[in-house]
Amino acid sequence: MRKLRGILEGVWGGVITHKLRSFLTMLGIVIGVGAVIILMGVGKGTTESVVSSLSNLGANTLFISPGFTQSTGGVRAAFGSASTLTLEDAEAISTDVSNLEAVAPSSSTTVQAIAGDENVRATVLGVTPSYQQVYNVQMSEGNFISADDYSSDAQIAVIGSTIATDLFPGTDPFGQQIRAGNYILTVTGVMQTSGQSIAGSTDSDIITPLSTLQLLGGQQLTADGDHVVRSIGVEATSVKDTTQVTNDITTLLLQRHNISNPASADFTITSVEALISSVSSVSGELTLLLGAIAAISLLVGGIGVMNIMLVSVLERTREIGIRKALGAQESDIWLQFLIESAFLTFSGGIIGVGIGLGGAYMFNRLKIFTTIVTPSVVILAVSVSIGIGLFFGFYPAWNASRLDPIKALRSE
Amino acid sequence: MISQDNMITLEGLIKSYKMGKENLVVLKGLNLQVKKGELVAIMGASGSGKTTLLNIVGCLDRPTAGKYYFEDKEVSRLKSSDLARMRGQKIGFIFQTFNLLSRITALGNVELGMTYAGGVDRQRAIEALGKVGLGKRTHHLPLELSGGEQQRVAIARAIVKDPILFLADEPTGQLDSKSGEEVISILLSLNAEQGTTLVMVTHDASIAHRCKRIIHIKDGEITGEENV
Repeated sequence: MRKLRGILEGVWGGVITHKLRSFLTMLGIVIGVGAVIILMGVGKGTTESVVSSLSNLGANTLFISPGFTQSTGGVRAAFGSASTLTLEDAEAISTDVSNLEAVAPSSSTTVQAIAGDENVRATVLGVTPSYQQVYNVQMSEGNFISADDYSSDAQIAVIGSTIATDLFPGTDPFGQQIRAGNYILTVTGVMQTSGQSIAGSTDSDIITPLSTLQLLGGQQLTADGDHVVRSIGVEATSVKDTTQVTNDITTLLLQRHNISNPASADFTITSVEALISSVSSVSGELTLLLGAIAAISLLVGGIGVMNIMLVSVLERTREIGIRKALGAQESDIWLQFLIESAFLTFSGGIIGVGIGLGGAYMFNRLKIFTTIVTPSVVILAVSVSIGIGLFFGFYPAWNASRLDPIKALRSE
Repeated sequence: MISQDNMITLEGLIKSYKMGKENLVVLKGLNLQVKKGELVAIMGASGSGKTTLLNIVGCLDRPTAGKYYFEDKEVSRLKSSDLARMRGQKIGFIFQTFNLLSRITALGNVELGMTYAGGVDRQRAIEALGKVGLGKRTHHLPLELSGGEQQRVAIARAIVKDPILFLADEPTGQLDSKSGEEVISILLSLNAEQGTTLVMVTHDASIAHRCKRIIHIKDGEITGEENV
């Protein structure tokens, strides 16, 4: 320990004598660490934002969409375009499938919505009261559609935050009226901003009871007189029930639609849980890949450090000779150059963390990417940078320690 | 024969180097004893092996064969870490070319000498510079000092460790006669006042004759000895 000061003096001397060179050596590590932090942050941030938009819905949620129907010519209709799901299907699911919290069929149409002088084209979404639970709708004002509203075909509207400001700029929309086609809807609730999610955004929608939507003419009937719906959201009691619920619904709908071969089902069931896990695993791999690419630049930086350390040892041969003549042990010399190398990469790592955090913040701020930098990535990056210094400094330092003092003293 | 009074005992000391296929023998079986407190000059032409001898005595190099006892300890078989410890704690080496670190001050260089000898003590480093007459130049860099002053910094770097053996390899070789005289008188006073053993390699007969014993070396062999 008493030697440490002298050793550190040597380290500092080595770094400070060649400021520009030390800086350039660090730069490789700075860029490597910065890149690792930014890229890992982008990967992590993207994963989190996708997963959180899915998780908002709840992992125990399933969506049933009308699937492809096969026409006689064998031409497949586009996904979701068929009119195979009905309100009656939803009711059957609700009564026959166990472990369900809520079933929410919905349908939609597009209308010209008018309020006062304002006039916008909007989607009217017809729903049942359970829509609120399945899609996790949060109200900022008033109430969502109630069972009474539904059974009485109430001419009411629950509107999204965007359309609220479009139709009622500067005024409170609550209790005001919207003309949609030939009908007048009274606003009884305003929803909180939901943002974009996997289920789409309802910020620009007008929500009304499904029964009311039928009056607006926004709902087709099947040949049997059943009411066509666009999709059915289902909330299982818990995440572990989703498999059983998915299987039961599949069986029930195949039977109701008279389809014997499950491969030609005319509907698709998507579970949020499955989406989350596939998104997480894909983007987890992507994050690793990004990190690995960035790590290559760290490796290149490390080789640069080794190169410079070899040069540094060479040009300080005489200093090494002097230190040895004064009684320095091989381990003292070794330690001096190892610390110098680790100091360069550690400083580079710290600056790299600064740049990485700054870059990640800018990406967030400028809304280019969502970035999340976890403390573990920062700790990892700094540790790796010290590790690189130790690893790539090992050989040059060992070289220095093995120098013959007499030859070292004679060198110029 | 090892005597308690001996600082240095060399028995049949041989040093050879491989030069391609030839074996170059620099020291051809030297026998020498230096007593504690002695003041010895080694004289010889260039290439006579006197610097090689001093390097081995100074634990910077190992003999190829033969024995070297420092006090009563056989040094010729020591590990390199023990040799380093000898250099750090027992021996003060003064070189012809000073061998100061140019980027640090006179004081820094003296402290560097203490680093590997048990720890830095700034007060003692300043005192050591005072002893060689550089009390007012502690914060000068080597290049801001004259050759004689640089050599005195090197002496301060050696004496700050309180070594029991001083070795000087042509300490005035690069100095003018006035600076050389200052350096020599400091070295001689170390021997005279503190009784520190001093072995000095020199070309200069007038300096050699101020030592009590002169050893002549030629072609790796001791050719003569005079007591002044």
